Amino acid sequence: MSDAATASPAPAPARRARVAEALLPPLVALLVSVVAGDLLILAVGQSPGAVYRLMLEGTWGNAYGFAQVLYKTTTLVCTGLAVAVGLRAGLFNIGAEGQLAAGGLGAALVGLALPAGTTGLIAIPLCTVAAFAAGGAVGYVPGVLRARWGAHEVITTIMLNFIVLAFLSWILTGRLRVPETVHTHAIHAGALPRLSAWWAPFHGSAANASLFIVLVAAAATSWYLFHTSRGYELRAVGLQPEAAESGGVNVGNTWIRALALSGALAGLGGINFVLGYEHYYEEGFATGAGFLGIAVALVGRSNPLGVVLAALFFATLSQGGLAINALVPKQMVDALQGVVILAMAASVPEVRRLLTLRRRAR
Amino acid sequence: MSMVLAFLAQTLRIAVPYLFAAAGGVLAERSGIISLTLEGFMLGGAFSAMLGSYWSGNPWVGVLAGLAGGLALGLVHAVATIRYKADQVVSGIAINLLAVGLTRYFLKLVFDSSSNSPRVPGFSAGTSTTALVSGLLHNPLIPLGLVAVPAVAWLLYRTPFGLRVRAVGEHPEAAATLGVSVKRVRYVAVALSGALAALGGTYLSLDQHQFTDGMSAGRGFIALAAIIFGRWDPMRAALACLFFAAAETLQIQLQAMQAIPGQFVQMIPYVLTIVALVGVVGRAVPPAALGRE
Repeated sequence: MSDAATASPAPAPARRARVAEALLPPLVALLVSVVAGDLLILAVGQSPGAVYRLMLEGTWGNAYGFAQVLYKTTTLVCTGLAVAVGLRAGLFNIGAEGQLAAGGLGAALVGLALPAGTTGLIAIPLCTVAAFAAGGAVGYVPGVLRARWGAHEVITTIMLNFIVLAFLSWILTGRLRVPETVHTHAIHAGALPRLSAWWAPFHGSAANASLFIVLVAAAATSWYLFHTSRGYELRAVGLQPEAAESGGVNVGNTWIRALALSGALAGLGGINFVLGYEHYYEEGFATGAGFLGIAVALVGRSNPLGVVLAALFFATLSQGGLAINALVPKQMVDALQGVVILAMAASVPEVRRLLTLRRRAR
Repeated sequence: MSMVLAFLAQTLRIAVPYLFAAAGGVLAERSGIISLTLEGFMLGGAFSAMLGSYWSGNPWVGVLAGLAGGLALGLVHAVATIRYKADQVVSGIAINLLAVGLTRYFLKLVFDSSSNSPRVPGFSAGTSTTALVSGLLHNPLIPLGLVAVPAVAWLLYRTPFGLRVRAVGEHPEAAATLGVSVKRVRYVAVALSGALAALGGTYLSLDQHQFTDGMSAGRGFIALAAIIFGRWDPMRAALACLFFAAAETLQIQLQAMQAIPGQFVQMIPYVLTIVALVGVVGRAVPPAALGRE
């Protein structure tokens, strides 16, 4: 099977061409999705301009809407980084949803185990590490399966999604859950403050301090990928595993490390819901965030900064759906997410082909 | 006796959508195109079949509409992956999300509901034991589902087209050298896989006489698991489908006894697929050109 990130060992193209190759596909995808959006809006007899204006007003146009965008961005940065780290190593992690859910339960279990009144200075790092570790443990499995047995990670991560979600459900329904619900009791310690505690206009929004933790994680991921020898090895394996191998890199171990880190980053996202928002683990909180993480990583071109921007875009789209619901069914944005990914997938090789043609023509 | 009969009938009813989807998936995968799309094909088929039946009042029109819906989604996937050389995994995920999004959008638009359609004409089947068995006779999609896999096996192994599909999936360059149009064969295989998998979805919505949001519920991935567990052979994939369906039936019947937690039974297909990939029961080797251009 092919890997989106590995297929681009162009022979040292000029910097401008490289920038064009990185930025053109997202622009094409954006354009295609706007056209598709127009069609869906016109299908209900509304004016696209009015709908898009409403979408902007409901997201970036007021404090609450913007805070909600930030809340949704937080989770998507994590699953987006998870997929991006995998792609950089030439691996496709489709299991971010299960890893995110495992991270959430990990954080909640630690938060429940700690005695009430534990200071946040201790509880928050412990819960955060638990989320990171739980996601990492789930990511480690497909890494080992790929490195030791050659089982392709696309299939194993999909299958593990179902296995992990069923397993978490079993743990939850055992004795953790509050009767008649699908969530645990509230954690005793480790809750993160909401952003509205510092800035009143955000009142009522779920946006919380995990945003900062996640942004630090994004910066750290960028540093790891581009400024450490481990990160260099990871990217080398992603570009040319055979070449990296003969260069002395242990490809199998790099795969394991990459998928474990990938899972850990997805798991970290669990703190946004559990520590920052509801203060309990609830079945289904991760639904859809894994697949959206793929969209985020693709549009962000597997670059941590790009991932943050792409997460902001998809969070805006998702929150914007609620804002336009009076004019157009909010389900429109679900369809648009698919369109963006499809357009992105189709335009990456097409843009590369056209740019190569142009270079040759000169 | 009636227990056994009920068990078999129930297993069959659960297996039919898997069989359709696996039949379609085998065809596409053997041509070299990855079938992560089955879930989306099923969901799209379920919705368009419901819509066809709703507007015409005739479930057979629903079947045709289901086929058309799957064909359309299949063609989108084919154009993206074959014409534009989109990454097949990414395109597959996009098709699945697109199916979820479009069915939700039009469910809201046409029926003003975010959960389910109204009751539409379908193929009846009750829930009591006798109704379960007689229901098998009243739903023409059940025998069709049983025929689907052998038909695909015949197509693959006994016809010139099937030979081309296998050649294109194993060694596209060699096939091209012999004058086979790799692209055309793959277009047809993927479009057919969309239509076949959509029949699985059609079965779901017409059997329940309505469409509910997300009603494919991971069945497309179970079918993919069956394909891999069956090592890309249609008949072995069908056996895997039947086995997974039997496990599900057993779980439903054991639910009252709480013998094994249902969650562990749900894991069976997925665990077995990983086991097959790891090679514990003989290595599952995919078609050589799967996922490549």
